Amino acid sequence: MHVLELRNVVKEFPGQRAVDGVTLALERGGFYSLLGPSGCGKTTTLRMVGGFEKPSSGDVFLNGERVNERKPYERNVSTVFQSYALFPHLTALGNVEFGLRERGVAGRRERAMNALELVKLSARAQRFPAALSGGEKQRVALARSLVLEPQLLLLDEPLAALDPDLRKQMRAELKAMQRQTGITFLLVTHDQEEALSLSDKLAVMNSGRIEQFGTPEDVYLRPASAFVAGFLGAVNWFGDAGVRPEATRIARERPAEGPSRRASVASVVFLGNRVHVHMALDEGGRAVAELPRAQDQFREGDAVWLHWNAADEMRFP
Amino acid sequence: MKRHALGIYAACILAFLHAPLAILILFSFNAGRFTIWEGFSTRWYTAALNDPQLTEGLLNSLIIAGVAAVLSTLIGTLAAYGMWRRNAPWLSGMLYLSLVTPEVVTGVSLLALCQWAFRFLHLRLGMHTVIVAHVAFSIAYVTIVVAARLRNYDRSLEEAAMDLGAGEWRAFTRVTLPSIAPAVAAAGLLALVVSFDDYVITSLVAGVDSETLPMVIYAMARRGVSPVVNAVSSLIVVAFGALILLSERLQER
Repeated sequence: MHVLELRNVVKEFPGQRAVDGVTLALERGGFYSLLGPSGCGKTTTLRMVGGFEKPSSGDVFLNGERVNERKPYERNVSTVFQSYALFPHLTALGNVEFGLRERGVAGRRERAMNALELVKLSARAQRFPAALSGGEKQRVALARSLVLEPQLLLLDEPLAALDPDLRKQMRAELKAMQRQTGITFLLVTHDQEEALSLSDKLAVMNSGRIEQFGTPEDVYLRPASAFVAGFLGAVNWFGDAGVRPEATRIARERPAEGPSRRASVASVVFLGNRVHVHMALDEGGRAVAELPRAQDQFREGDAVWLHWNAADEMRFP
Repeated sequence: MKRHALGIYAACILAFLHAPLAILILFSFNAGRFTIWEGFSTRWYTAALNDPQLTEGLLNSLIIAGVAAVLSTLIGTLAAYGMWRRNAPWLSGMLYLSLVTPEVVTGVSLLALCQWAFRFLHLRLGMHTVIVAHVAFSIAYVTIVVAARLRNYDRSLEEAAMDLGAGEWRAFTRVTLPSIAPAVAAAGLLALVVSFDDYVITSLVAGVDSETLPMVIYAMARRGVSPVVNAVSSLIVVAFGALILLSERLQER
């Protein structure tokens, strides 16, 4: 039984089809992501799972039950909102207790404190949201949802509002929390690094459709479309063959075998542990190679041969 | 130079706005009857508080304004909430219409409504008709103040409440209402003030038993300027100035 199943779900808003036939099935206990650019329909899809929007057509199943008509409070899923949506008139503890009280659960105080402990925020239990930092608000929002032990936790761009250092740290904690609780997580994000590093499987969305659903290795190394290839990382295009920068090599002399192109070095960007060599192809167009720092012997204006293994090519019909 | 000019300009405008009130309050403490200063006295305040017409008018006004404020706050808040949930701009347009309608037109129309309704009900003009009229014109004020607060209210708070298991009504009472409570209180105070203040509509729909304080003062002022009127007016200025300040403070929260 899938914890979540979407069957050909469509959502139309006046003058716009936000979600255009999404089909997706999630196994219990996994960490999943919906990845795509803004306006691709990923948040609308998430809102239909949470019960905040009704599909125009198609069906949403939770644990095998069709839930199209069910209100948010009639579904055993919980959402962590992008704005956190903490109740400003309640303390951190009051926020976490809210759902337990609405559901008439016994032993609220203890459960809520345990949840705050899980997100390492016991010390801030009596603070109001206005007195919490962004990262702390995020943790309260997580605790507030996790304490209800939902079958499925929905996260709408949960890390977008945090600064980069904190984002990396929370990323690791999110993953650890998912493994610890065993709750299925479904994360919406436009950050490919986030989706790749967190997910067991991710769905890449574009224009209201899922272009590919697979493991991070699948979508990065074996993208199903040019859009997926380009969204997950940089691609050098040679006709209809795409090559990732890290699979692109540079040589002074023409290599004996394999595909190659003549180019001149346009610029060299030093990135600490690696360098990016940007090149202008003699046949027109640009390409970039990502090289280990040790190989940093190329200078602007050098005439070079750019080459790659045919096995590293990504081709799309 | 420019700064000075602006400061003087501002002082002039403020004086123009508030000099009449300052003079009113000054002469309410005058020992004499006319607008010649004859020494400090509180005799007109004593006279005002011992005037049965004035105290009855005040009592009527307080009852009417109190009941009308509570009812219009209740109805107006729910109206603003409903419009916010439904996204109904034409409904708020109709509210502005009720604000810009000249009071005398509102009053006459309410009188016509009462007379029509009295054909079926055995009722007469009285305090109840004044309360109904005041509720009718206060709702727009309440709705507009509450709606302004709701425009800045994060919709996801209510969604979060429902997500956590609260039904629609519980989400409203436990999350939305506490968040907009300062604006609701401010709107209630505003309704209290506009209701207490009203003369035109009230005089059209009032019965013999429901003379409000503004009606009594108006009648007294027409009989000739009595310093008693100054005293009562000064009290009203101070009391309502305080209420409006409180309302502003609440709206800022």
